[in-house]
Amino acid sequence: MLEHFISALLALSANKLRAALTMLGVVIGVLAVTLLVSVGDGARAYLNNTLSGIGSNLLSVMPGRTETRGFGPPAQGLARPLTMDDAHALARQATTIRGVSPMVQGGGAVRFRNRQRDTMVLGVGPAFSDLRNMHVDTGEFVREEDITSRRRVVVLGRRVVQELFGDESPLGQSIRIAGGRFRVIGVMEPKGRSLGFDLDDLVFIPATAAMDLFGLDHISQLVTAARSKEETSAAILEIEEVLARRRNGERSFTVQSQEDLLKTFGAITGAMTMVLLAIASISLVVGGIGIMNIMLVSVRERTREIGVRRAVGATQRDILWQFLLESVVISTIGGAVGLSLGATIIFLVHRFAPDVPVVLSPWIAAVAFGSSFVTGVVSGVVPARRAARLDPVDALRYE
Amino acid sequence: MSDAGPLMEVSALERSFTLGEEEVRALRGVSFTIERGEYVALIGPSGSGKSTMMYQLGCLDTPSRGTYRLAGYDVGQLDDDELAALRNRFIGFVFQSFNLLARTTAVDNVALPLRYAGVGMRERRERAREALDRVGLGHRWDHPPDRLSGGERQRVAIARAIVTKPALLLCDEPTGNLDQKVGQEIVRLFEELNSDLKVTVVIVTHDPAMARRARRNLKLVDGSLVHDGPPLEGH
Repeated sequence: MLEHFISALLALSANKLRAALTMLGVVIGVLAVTLLVSVGDGARAYLNNTLSGIGSNLLSVMPGRTETRGFGPPAQGLARPLTMDDAHALARQATTIRGVSPMVQGGGAVRFRNRQRDTMVLGVGPAFSDLRNMHVDTGEFVREEDITSRRRVVVLGRRVVQELFGDESPLGQSIRIAGGRFRVIGVMEPKGRSLGFDLDDLVFIPATAAMDLFGLDHISQLVTAARSKEETSAAILEIEEVLARRRNGERSFTVQSQEDLLKTFGAITGAMTMVLLAIASISLVVGGIGIMNIMLVSVRERTREIGVRRAVGATQRDILWQFLLESVVISTIGGAVGLSLGATIIFLVHRFAPDVPVVLSPWIAAVAFGSSFVTGVVSGVVPARRAARLDPVDALRYE
Repeated sequence: MSDAGPLMEVSALERSFTLGEEEVRALRGVSFTIERGEYVALIGPSGSGKSTMMYQLGCLDTPSRGTYRLAGYDVGQLDDDELAALRNRFIGFVFQSFNLLARTTAVDNVALPLRYAGVGMRERRERAREALDRVGLGHRWDHPPDRLSGGERQRVAIARAIVTKPALLLCDEPTGNLDQKVGQEIVRLFEELNSDLKVTVVIVTHDPAMARRARRNLKLVDGSLVHDGPPLEGH
């Protein structure tokens, strides 16, 4: 086999420019497959990481009912809103969850002296910090008594601190949020960006204070988490049961799990990767047609040689393998070149633009290499069969 | 293969082709026998059917009617793979235009039939070098054909033909592309191989000088055998 492989290489090296140009089609095809799938895979990995980074086994309860769990908030408005009492009930009664935090979303101008920044204001409970993996760096997070006494205290995100206080320590300072006066009790750890959202450009206040501030009598959602991955479904059932009991059996809320979200994102990015793969495959098909074309020309040019080989004892199968192997060698070398080019580009992207999420996973390499191999076989079969079926006498007579 | 009996037995062999509606009878019932170790020239004017006969004798084609037995094998009954094996084992071809593989060294050209015989790479090279020595080209073993003269190329082709130690050396106008002096040397080489290796030599030619040097001439005219015997004078 190695020997046939060497003969194929020798036959190709006889016409290097032609072999190189033929290869180019496959090189470009495999390069396209590698890069586009890497982009798709990178996006998927990025989403996965990000979504897992915000906590584990997370569950969120939203007002309104959706029959199918999917991505996006359930229809709101017709629903009975969620309240602080729901949060308390869950905290007291549900056993399969670890902590529950109300969440009230709002926004407004945060002001310290003459500096001001429009930022997102989240009204939360003490459990939020652990649930969402967002911890204070200095000072304290929102405490239970801040909730019960509706205390006007605030924990600042890093960026807000930088913008409003510079190098000054914000702890104990008084700031204004949407007109209300709040005392700074803590500063969050830096978290960076996630899904295009700056997690440091936030301020946290007690959920009750947020309701007062924005004039609401309900909360936006409940944030909680199952004790373990295995208990996720049990937790969902329990939450539904507790909340439904408080609504006379009416299920006017939706429990969404992080897993659902991951699955949905996974499906989206998976589909995206497949579309990219399909697009890239077109160039591979074009490359394959190029190989077939050149192989047909080559069979014609080497008709005499085929005749001689047949005369000295080559069987049809020998001839078939000879040409098939040449085609496979062209395309797999093209595939290897395309793959290395792709890997190099991805390496350079990692090196010089580390924020761009591209991933060269082993399966891409396998797909790229495998598809170039298959391209070689498919585009070599017709020329090789034609070569094998030549009549020896006609082949020897061919001028 | 049986060592007894003639090497080649052609009896009532016919070969016809259909060209459109018409049936062309290239060979019209030819019979002859060639014993092992003979040196035979197959002659005849162009269009006489001698090329067709050569392809039959070389097992590259099969009879339409009649039989051809090579070393006891009925060629008409064999399938394509068996024919390939038969050619590989019993026949060495020498062509007018040498038909060497370009960009392939002399030794690799010579070794080609051994590859299809399933001989390992090392032994192939050894035997190919021996065959090249035998035709007096041992020193040129690593030259590709385009760095060899016409006579040298034909010697490489002859080495390729004898490397499998075939029973039959089948030569198609072997001196047709060579000048007279070189052609003479090639003919002498065939004679040597015939007497030294006891290989049966069949030369297809229209060169009277070459035919005269064979011990026996077979002459075809219009697809029929018109002479079988010692060389004819003055044709």
